[in-house]
Amino acid sequence: MYSKVEARNFYILVAASGLITGIGLVAAWLMEEHGHIITGMNNQIVWGIPHVFAIFMIVAASGVLNVASIGSVFGKSVYKARAPLSSLLSIALLAGGLTVLMLDLGRADRLMVAMTNYNLTSVFAWNVVLYSGLFSFAAIYLWTMMDPRMKPWNKPAAFAVFAWRIILTTGTGLIFAFLVARQAYGSALLPPMFIVMSFAWGLAVFHIVQSSLYAWNGKTLDPVILQRMKNLLGLFVIATLYFVATYHLTNLYFARQDGFERFILAGGGIFPWLFWAGYVLLGSFLPLVLIFHPAFDKTRHTVIASLLVIFGSFALLYVFIIGGQAYPLSIFPGYEVTSSFGDGQIASYSPSLPEFLLGLGGLGVAFLITTICVRVLGMAPPHDIPDRRKRDTF
Amino acid sequence: MSAENPERRAFLGKASALAAGLAIAPGVLLFGFAHGRPAGEAASGKVRWGMLVDTNQCGNGCNDCVTACNKENGLSGGTKATDSQWIRKVELKNMKGGRNLSLPVMCQHCEHPPCVDVCPTGASFRRADGIVLVDKHRCIGCRYCMMACPYKARSFVHEPLADQKPDVPRGKGTVESCTLCVHRVDRGEQPACVEACAKAGRGAILFGDLNDPESEISKRIRTVASAQIRADLMLNPGIRYEGI
Amino acid sequence: MEHCYYHLIYGDKLLSVPIRVDPWLTNSMMKTFLFVLLLAATPAWAGDSIAPKLDIGKGGQCVEDPKLMRKTHMDILRHQRDETMRLGIRDPRHSLAGCIDCHASTKNNSVLGGSENFCQGCHVYAGVKIDCFECHSSKRKTVAEATK
Repeated sequence: MYSKVEARNFYILVAASGLITGIGLVAAWLMEEHGHIITGMNNQIVWGIPHVFAIFMIVAASGVLNVASIGSVFGKSVYKARAPLSSLLSIALLAGGLTVLMLDLGRADRLMVAMTNYNLTSVFAWNVVLYSGLFSFAAIYLWTMMDPRMKPWNKPAAFAVFAWRIILTTGTGLIFAFLVARQAYGSALLPPMFIVMSFAWGLAVFHIVQSSLYAWNGKTLDPVILQRMKNLLGLFVIATLYFVATYHLTNLYFARQDGFERFILAGGGIFPWLFWAGYVLLGSFLPLVLIFHPAFDKTRHTVIASLLVIFGSFALLYVFIIGGQAYPLSIFPGYEVTSSFGDGQIASYSPSLPEFLLGLGGLGVAFLITTICVRVLGMAPPHDIPDRRKRDTF
Repeated sequence: MSAENPERRAFLGKASALAAGLAIAPGVLLFGFAHGRPAGEAASGKVRWGMLVDTNQCGNGCNDCVTACNKENGLSGGTKATDSQWIRKVELKNMKGGRNLSLPVMCQHCEHPPCVDVCPTGASFRRADGIVLVDKHRCIGCRYCMMACPYKARSFVHEPLADQKPDVPRGKGTVESCTLCVHRVDRGEQPACVEACAKAGRGAILFGDLNDPESEISKRIRTVASAQIRADLMLNPGIRYEGI
Repeated sequence: MEHCYYHLIYGDKLLSVPIRVDPWLTNSMMKTFLFVLLLAATPAWAGDSIAPKLDIGKGGQCVEDPKLMRKTHMDILRHQRDETMRLGIRDPRHSLAGCIDCHASTKNNSVLGGSENFCQGCHVYAGVKIDCFECHSSKRKTVAEATK
């Protein structure tokens, strides 16, 4: 039933993703050797491009499980056939994201310290547990799908993965939601917003991988399935827009935050551009047109829409993470503030090549794991045989 | 501000020389803390170290506390965005009345420090006597504490360092901040910034035990109006400010 | 990090080899395996002639028995480190600064610098990386303070 990626393509892909991973590792080594001075990050912008990449991958790792959840938890057979690929992508993206996050640490050599000292009040420490848990649950879920003896456990495993990934993305949102210090964060809206974002970004990644696999194997996706899956993507893009709008509107409602909102949405240099042109226009409206306009019904339109959604997600995360730090902390409300440490000033950040390559390396890791496992474990999505009777089931 | 007035300045200079003499030489008796703990004894939870900064005495343009901190702790003194600054002078101008203020901001040594809450490994911690520190043996350099601190009190070491002070270990890839000169406090001395401020003739920073009702700082907090910055967050910082 | 030590006695020489391994590997199987490995490697480095010749600084009476120090100085230091850092117990006997004060070379006032220097000399010989001096000063306190 599963088709394998053609051998020549396979080796080209392994070499390409291996190269990207390798470059990322070299970048990490340079950062380790020279310190973070070779990155654009500083004492004002403490999290930068690597965190944009890492958080994208971790959020998408949870969202890509949509397909598996719809298949196993909600019993839709078309999705169920794609559940193995969906679980694999989740593991691959999570591994990529965590690689970036870990290699960006000031003392990446102290991984052991992080694994043996847990501060129970820290959301970060919870997340270490949540990440390891998702790896385990996704692996067990895969096992229940691939080993007939484990079949009775398939449903419970699917439920466990479903519940766990919702909790995991809640945890990712909480990293920011608990930060009362900064105006951009510290909002209870963030965990649900991250969950909805994960749905959209994960499905976009899934579309791209699925379409690539079909293309490399010379197959085409059943148009009805394509239609269903791209409509779902459209729905998630709209839901994300709704949450992002609500987040900004609630911020505007709180008098203390309107300076920050003016900065992000209007006067803040690159950030309003990335937000309106990058996220809203290119990352949301354009994909929605490609998804819902009847003129664009080809696979490649969905792929372009998915790529745009991913581009938009990077723009949104850049605005959220870096813009959120660039706006000065309100330590002395009602005063004009100056100091040698950037008080009262918009912090500047210019990402450097090594940190960008490190982030890219994380994508390389995800790409490499996916390529190898798809071939070795035969996880390519099925060649659906058009069957009128089955159409009603999804 | 008054510091612009040369006559007043000269007077302050003389008065402060006297004050400095009082503050430093018989400081032992004045503040009643100058006997360091015995070497084998742990920091006590009965004590809570704190500071009271009198912004009326703090001079616009005076940077002595910062210089003293840099010297004591072996910081470069650079002010690039990647340089460590444990204490900084902040100049304030009221947007409505136009009142000018100048004050030092450093780690506020909160009773409920957000940096300690968020630290994944427990490297950020609050010592029994209220001093918030980074255990650099455990810090993995994730910088989550820097995201969480409402006072932007922490710095990350971006470059390899050499020739650190024996009392103040610092290293690349870890986060650091004001230690309240813990090595000096443990010896029974005052933090370097406090000493420098007194030496400059201002005596704007009062250091002492907030838990001891008889300490100079406690007495003063009882008698004058003082405030904590970002008091709305209910973190109960150990650093208090007069005149803001 | 946990430490394992393997000490082998040749005449009056005690050779202790600390090995840094991850805690989960410190089970008996791993130890047995390493022991066998070390036995095989022993003859190559057991001779007195290549033992490090160290400038022990001021020297004199150490705070503990030198044999014990050779074996467990890292544990003593780590224990003291946590006591000092976390609790504020500053016992000068087991402090790193105290060790350095005594054992810094009489030539460069440091425990690092060359194959004769106290910490570096032995650690290079034993092939064990020291993590202390990325942050801690390697110089005798009085001197380090004077040069600042």
